[in-house]
Amino acid sequence: MQQAVFHHRFSNGLVLLGEPMPWLESVAFTLLTPVGTAHEPSDREGLAGLTLEMMQRGAGEFDSREIVEELDFLGVERSSGVTTFHTSISMAAMKSVLEPTLRLAVSMIRDPHFPPDELEEAKQSSLLELAALEDDPAQKCFKELKRARFGDIHGRSSLGTEEGLVATDLSDCQSFWRNRFGADGAILSVAGNFQWDALLKLTEDLLGDWTVVENIQRPHVTASGNVKHIHHESQQTHIALAYDSVPYQHPDYYHGRGLVGILSDGMSSRLFVEVREKRGLVYAVSASAHSLDSCGSVLCYAGTTTPRAQETLEVTLETIANIGKGIEPDELSRLKSRVRTSLVMEQESSSSRSSQMAYDWVYLGRVPSRQEVLQEVDKLSCESLLSHFQKYPPRNWTMVTIGQEALELPHGIS
Amino acid sequence: MEFRNTVLENGLEIIAEVNPSAFSLSLGYFVKTGSRDESPKIAGVSHFLEHMMFKGTARRTSVDVNRELDDLGSQSNAYTSEEQTVYYMSVLPEHQEHATDLLSDMMRPSLREEDFQMERQVILEEIAMYDDQPPYGAMERAMEEYFGDHPLSRRVLGTRDSVGQLDADEMRAYHAARYAPNNLTLVAAGAVDFESLVDSAKRMTSHWQPSQTQRALATPRATSSSIALTHPPATQCYTLQYSPGAGYGSENRYVLRVLSTILGDDTGSRLFWDLVDNGLAESAVAFTQEFEDCGLFCTYLACSPQQKESNWEILQNILASANDTPISEREIELAKNKICSGMILGSERPSNRLFSVGNAWLNREKYETVAEAAQHYKKVTRDQLQESFAALIHRVNVTVTVSPE
Repeated sequence: MQQAVFHHRFSNGLVLLGEPMPWLESVAFTLLTPVGTAHEPSDREGLAGLTLEMMQRGAGEFDSREIVEELDFLGVERSSGVTTFHTSISMAAMKSVLEPTLRLAVSMIRDPHFPPDELEEAKQSSLLELAALEDDPAQKCFKELKRARFGDIHGRSSLGTEEGLVATDLSDCQSFWRNRFGADGAILSVAGNFQWDALLKLTEDLLGDWTVVENIQRPHVTASGNVKHIHHESQQTHIALAYDSVPYQHPDYYHGRGLVGILSDGMSSRLFVEVREKRGLVYAVSASAHSLDSCGSVLCYAGTTTPRAQETLEVTLETIANIGKGIEPDELSRLKSRVRTSLVMEQESSSSRSSQMAYDWVYLGRVPSRQEVLQEVDKLSCESLLSHFQKYPPRNWTMVTIGQEALELPHGIS
Repeated sequence: MEFRNTVLENGLEIIAEVNPSAFSLSLGYFVKTGSRDESPKIAGVSHFLEHMMFKGTARRTSVDVNRELDDLGSQSNAYTSEEQTVYYMSVLPEHQEHATDLLSDMMRPSLREEDFQMERQVILEEIAMYDDQPPYGAMERAMEEYFGDHPLSRRVLGTRDSVGQLDADEMRAYHAARYAPNNLTLVAAGAVDFESLVDSAKRMTSHWQPSQTQRALATPRATSSSIALTHPPATQCYTLQYSPGAGYGSENRYVLRVLSTILGDDTGSRLFWDLVDNGLAESAVAFTQEFEDCGLFCTYLACSPQQKESNWEILQNILASANDTPISEREIELAKNKICSGMILGSERPSNRLFSVGNAWLNREKYETVAEAAQHYKKVTRDQLQESFAALIHRVNVTVTVSPE
């Protein structure tokens, strides 16, 4: 697993990360700026997403339509999104078109037009997206879980609220962009087939003179336990759960992530076996590790028909608690095997590598090598995982259910 | 990159796209069976059986199967469609033999009664899950209406009734008939050791008996109709329209794929600019579906109930605008670039190549490199596109709408 990861910090604070993968034909990048929903004014929820949408509706030498046409012409696969603390634009293309592709992405960040006649259309699109969530209870469950767990500021959805979107005008978007988007804290992460020296020079040309804006201080995120039920006339009840764990930057993160793996990675994982295979309670059940600033959580999901929902909840909770009874050596060996395989396979995708590097930098301020990750995972033992579970037992539970009947968290779970 | 293929004595075909510089390999059994090969009484058996294939064999318990899949560090899964059932995994090269052994063994499942009863509950949960999701059964209803008594009318998941009444013996009989070696193809892509793959497969499958498997092919006889369904918990309105398209064997499939990209891709298409970008609809797309003996050209609209009528009119006007707004060379160039670059970018993972190589072989008995496959799209002409575009409006169509009330 040979690997070279380059990084360079420009004088304006921008960090450039690069991992050449010369065996690929593609190159992918993630342009991340430290602007997210947490920075929206409280009466403008949805502003960050709407601003990002407007930044893509005309920038640099292109108008809204020309941007889409140019990206299609270049054959670029792209995505963009807003999280609590970040805005990202990600693109992947053939190596020969890296320069025009990156130039276009940078123009969205640095030189958006904010055409006045497009605002209403962008708002309508955002409102429709928000409305569509009402028909997707599983997704809605997680949106509500985030709100219940992280509160009014850090629990915001990137989709915003109807009130916030309706209240937003063009000057809100323009000043949000002007006051928030700058080089300091921004990351350009590139993976795939490219030359580092040429990339460094190109980035200097495109972003070296990007201005610094007032550095955004991240507020401290806290998680609170809450239970909420939303009535919905669906056949299934959707259960979303969260409990405390360690965040990505924690020295024991791989222990926390390892325990999630024991619970949910693969078809021999405990939740799959106990909830689905042995009892046939669900089609979908899962757990994942989640970090929000310094706050680590495990998120769980199960969907089941109403009469079996309470039992599904209880079996899920019991399965999580049973980790405290010990971990089998073969479970650990499967976990390590999966990590090793996924690290090798990561070399087959420039897109997933570029976004992983950006994520690493945000949380760790560096990019661990695959070898280092492997070594950390190799250190895990059944005993160390168990003692981690005992040191950080599941607590501070948040639960949101959507369906015909409310569920009860069993006694003793809080 | 090298293509290899062979057929074993029992009729099992093995094909591989060998790429020695890949980091991993992907492996899959492609079974030529799906919902169209079922009788109405056993509707859903192909998909139910797909679940049961993970439940153990003569040599392995269900726990063993799941543990070994995870032991191999594999990313494994399966899916069932109208025409195919596919079991696949991606592993590191050193695990090729073990993976081949496991996957081959899984093709001869125990199908125990107790597992059957338990898994039925999981399938019923899966049916309930999809019933709760947009477009709330509109696709299945449109297939039933469009195809009538044609076998493609059957639901892949079956219904609560058919799955509820299915018994394990019916499934065993279906398995014996459809999972014969001459109806399976072992497909591999990536860092494959082909000789070793063939040796392993021979060893594992020598006792498999060929059978007379057939698929009934027929031309569907659709007539135009319109169905309005209500789903009170919904907040949005969903409309789906199916009209005739092109099957796998037809060269016109490439024309229709480019045409659907120009008219209805999820970004940069005519539907996108006139309905989605401006915030009139949450989604407005056109896409194709291809089968062995026929195909579909489909359009889909999701929007608020208040705007459904006006949006649908806009959508229909776009489909009917071949004469007023002919397709431009620029539109063709953009659509072809988008399709071809997507193919090339996707091909970097062996797990994606597995499906391209496997499907081309199963559906068209052809192996094509990515560059060769891209040529089909590049060759499509403006005249071909314009001709298909002009014909759209004259086709029979089945429309299904789901509204809150």
